[in-house]
Amino acid sequence: MDARRFELVEIVVLSGKGGTGKTSLTAAFAHLSSNRVICDLDVDAPDLHLVLRPEKTKTEEFYSGHEARISAEKCNACGQCMEVCRFGAISEGIPCPTVNPLRCEGCKVCVELCPVRAIDFPEKHCGQWYVSKTRFGWMVHAQLFPGEENSGRLVALLRQKAKELAKKEGFDLILSDGSPGIGCPVISSLSGASLAVIVTEPTPSGHHDLERVTELCEHFRIPAGVIINKFDLNEDKTEQIESMCVKKGLHLLGRLPHDMAVTHAMVAGQTITEYQKHGISELVRQAWSNIEAAAMIRVA
Amino acid sequence: MILAVASGKGGTGKTTVSASLLSVWGKPVVGVDLDVEEPNLHLFVRPEIAGREKAFMEIPVADETKCTYCRQCSDLCQFKAISVLGEVLLTFPEMCHGCGGCISICPEGALSAGSRELGEISWGRAGKAGFLMGRLRVGEAMSPPLMRAVKEKLRGMTSHGAMDVIIDAPPGVSCPAINAVMDSDVILLVTEPTPFGLFDLKLARQAFTPLNKPMGVVVNRAGVGTSDVYDYCKGSGLAVIAEIPYDRSIAEAYARGSIIAETSSGFRDMFIEMAHKVRSMNGGSHGREEV
Repeated sequence: MDARRFELVEIVVLSGKGGTGKTSLTAAFAHLSSNRVICDLDVDAPDLHLVLRPEKTKTEEFYSGHEARISAEKCNACGQCMEVCRFGAISEGIPCPTVNPLRCEGCKVCVELCPVRAIDFPEKHCGQWYVSKTRFGWMVHAQLFPGEENSGRLVALLRQKAKELAKKEGFDLILSDGSPGIGCPVISSLSGASLAVIVTEPTPSGHHDLERVTELCEHFRIPAGVIINKFDLNEDKTEQIESMCVKKGLHLLGRLPHDMAVTHAMVAGQTITEYQKHGISELVRQAWSNIEAAAMIRVA
Repeated sequence: MILAVASGKGGTGKTTVSASLLSVWGKPVVGVDLDVEEPNLHLFVRPEIAGREKAFMEIPVADETKCTYCRQCSDLCQFKAISVLGEVLLTFPEMCHGCGGCISICPEGALSAGSRELGEISWGRAGKAGFLMGRLRVGEAMSPPLMRAVKEKLRGMTSHGAMDVIIDAPPGVSCPAINAVMDSDVILLVTEPTPFGLFDLKLARQAFTPLNKPMGVVVNRAGVGTSDVYDYCKGSGLAVIAEIPYDRSIAEAYARGSIIAETSSGFRDMFIEMAHKVRSMNGGSHGREEV
């Protein structure tokens, strides 16, 4: 199989809806695969490290964008900044207007249009990123400081670092855990990926959100496959989802039952495939070989 | 009052809690889905939609015949949405944050206001409650501009008379989540007693503490996992105001699209009590600054 890989394969695990089991499955896939770099692209609420327990070998600061700060000494309180700000980030204050950092978009318009140049524009320190060792090999991950802008730039940076590391090690696979949603960080993790693995559940929300995230994959022309987790919660819905997948030409990668062993494994700090050999773990192994086959189609 | 139901970790039960609270609220209330990337509240409260409209954001449109390639616009733009390469002016509308800076700074009047579609806003009624949601256009990267448009619409809906608001927020703790909770009076954090739930609850508390709002915790799927979430709440002064027990029948009811508070009188009473506790958390603050 490896002989057919002649380019770097990047598999991104997504879901649309949160809490469908992305991270538990990514951790298991990290256990089942070899010669790959593991990457947590959910820089906002990352959880993969809780199972993989990485030891950081490198920590780097992440700066992105700027924010406006009004200098009370220079400001003449003319109020023009309040008028030009489109984000409602500047409000009246004493002795001069103040910027609400949570609303400031970092657009610099107030800085440029201030007649007395009283607004500073320092760079924002938004988080940290790490290269780490895990029991399954290299992992690249990050933590955005809570409340910061969820930067697609940080996601793009992690992917770049993972690619460099894979190249250096002679690996041909990057396995990434993505974020929920369909916005900026998801778009940033998806563009140019080899395969999106979408983990869903047979609920109205799971189905609805799956449709939107597959539409996003179509929009960016990324091949996608679907795993239905907790399929036994509603088997009619599972069948509806599967027929939608067939209609849309998505890979059916597997069905997994609702099994408390997955939570027990998480509590034990293990992947489900480490925690038990049989039962759901056999189905997870089957899903992983389906993913490998689907990703190879793209390469071959 | 405005209640924001948020979480940190996705899939902990924000929509379950929002839909159930709307069902038992007992006072004039609007349910607002601000998880515009993946809105789900409507799938459970099944509103009758009374109207819908597209939301747009201002972006620059270039008239190259007036451009002198002075680069003031591209020097100002922080988002690489406009650039001058030699004698070519290029705009990248999908990168634009809508600050209007390039249009106001252009000395030649070569840039004018165009628009980019953000998504759709729809509204209506779900039983006795009002309903409002935003749905991001697939392919649109930025959710805060659409969220601002939804909040603008909400201001119109709540301007006549006392009306409470329950916001179903997006997961995470970065800008979309902050945008959803920043104008609320009370924040409910829905979590689950697992290592992932706990880690993301800690992030949510860190992210939302600077907003200075009363916060309470709802532990969903109580009984799975460990007691660490409770120890953390006790140690950090976060009140656990309700627990929803883990029960496969709840998971199956959710999978059928049921509102949990409507599945039994026991659950109904549990959510009525939750609603009382939320109101008492809003003690003292009557009016509100702005939506």
